[in-house]
Amino acid sequence: MTTVAQDVTVTPRRAVRTRSVSLRRLVSLSRPVAAFLLLIGIWYAVSAVYAARGLPYFVPYPHKVLTAMTDPTRLQDLLTALLNSTQVAMTGLAIAIVLGISWAVVMSQAPWVERSLFPYAVVLQCIPILALVPLIGILFGYNFIARVIVTVLISLFPMVSMTLFGLQSVARQQRELFQLQGADRWTLLTKLQFPAALPSIFVGLRTSAGLSVVGAVVGDQFFQRGNPGLGVLIQVYASRLQGSDLYAAIIVASLLGVAVFVLFGWLGRLVVGRWYDFA
Amino acid sequence: MSLTTTPTSAPATVQAPATLLGFRDVAMTFPDGTVALSEVNLTVGRGEFVSVVGPSGCGKSTLLRIASGLEQATTGSVELATDHIGYVFQDATLLPWRDVQGNVELLAELKGRGRKSRAQSAREAIRLVGLTGFENHLPKQLSGGMRMRASLARSFALDPELFLFDEPFGALDEITRSRLNDELLRLFVEQSFAGLFITHSVAEAVYLSTKVVVMSGRPGRLVATFEVPFPMPRDPDIRFSPEFAELVGKVSHALKEAHS
Repeated sequence: MTTVAQDVTVTPRRAVRTRSVSLRRLVSLSRPVAAFLLLIGIWYAVSAVYAARGLPYFVPYPHKVLTAMTDPTRLQDLLTALLNSTQVAMTGLAIAIVLGISWAVVMSQAPWVERSLFPYAVVLQCIPILALVPLIGILFGYNFIARVIVTVLISLFPMVSMTLFGLQSVARQQRELFQLQGADRWTLLTKLQFPAALPSIFVGLRTSAGLSVVGAVVGDQFFQRGNPGLGVLIQVYASRLQGSDLYAAIIVASLLGVAVFVLFGWLGRLVVGRWYDFA
Repeated sequence: MSLTTTPTSAPATVQAPATLLGFRDVAMTFPDGTVALSEVNLTVGRGEFVSVVGPSGCGKSTLLRIASGLEQATTGSVELATDHIGYVFQDATLLPWRDVQGNVELLAELKGRGRKSRAQSAREAIRLVGLTGFENHLPKQLSGGMRMRASLARSFALDPELFLFDEPFGALDEITRSRLNDELLRLFVEQSFAGLFITHSVAEAVYLSTKVVVMSGRPGRLVATFEVPFPMPRDPDIRFSPEFAELVGKVSHALKEAHS
């Protein structure tokens, strides 16, 4: 795909290669599927053990969880909670993106600014956010705003560090190329540093997106007011020993995390995939 | 090291060309105390192509960085008679997210030229370096030689009077390198710019230049100057002539002497 000229003799060999590639893809796809089936098998085995001990709600059978998930009223509850959690996660993520990128851009402007501000990004990463959560509740109430703040705190760091890393990844000669034309900071930032940083920004974004789901669910478990999200649902089901429903809610929360991760990975490939091999 | 005056194969000023770039007693000491250059006197005039040969780390590149204003000389002065300067780096330094057209337009864009005029000059520069048809290719789709052509085109788009080359072909294979040497000679004759070319290949220096300067190891000093008598446009086969071999031998000898 990347060869430019002299491709005349390659055609027959390439055909063979495509066939073996698709075969290999099939093989590589079959492995996770096999692992999944094995996992379900183990799940059944463990469920049987718990059922025999008279504690079926601890580890309910997979098909019971599936039934709980597809039950219309349960599904209604789950989807409403999913919607609320998604709203919290995406609001928090949006704020984390804006805040994180701005923070990194400011730091990239001068070494002394970076030295002054980067330690706080690290501190933010080191604070056990869970320790802050009750305080956030006291200060901001126990609803949407508090949930969003927790989400921002949890998902901010990867945005800051990956954006800064990206902005600083510009080669010295490229920077000098701009300097020689008398480019100012703004031009340097918008035409060189920011485009160059996009691949790492998207790596950070993908990580932050996954963390924003964690933040939304954690925030929920502490703040029970406002529109209940998946975290609230999980708490309720756990306290009532509704095993199958609890597992269903956990699976939905996990799927949200995966979906968000895949979505932003795809978005990254869409934006920079043309010129960068975005893994 | 001898303290005698620089051995010149021809008088230093055969015909005094209008000076575009002049170094006068330039010395450069880095903040850590390393003396990179000392007592550098060198001029590059219109119609001249001057090569500086020396081993890596002798301060050759610093010469270009001072000439272009990327760095300030510690003492001495640099005179520039033009602000139309092209700078070709060792790497192609193309922006990977821009296609060839976009990369070649970049410098004019930074200079604030209009969309139409820079598209026009970029097309012309792309044609000059033989990349017509590759305007929409991204750097990663090009070979190393083609990337360097694009890099040359980027500088040509500004129509420079003085070209600074920092070992531009050092990373290329021998065949590509020799082809680009021929292209550069053709462009030198057609476009009549002046050139200051840094290299560690003596044969490349002699083949391309009207004048070859030998630089010593740190601190870098210019220890010998050789006028290259072969006419322009230059016959590629000149490289296989005894006169060429003799001159290459002399320059190599001076280079060796400067580092013993």
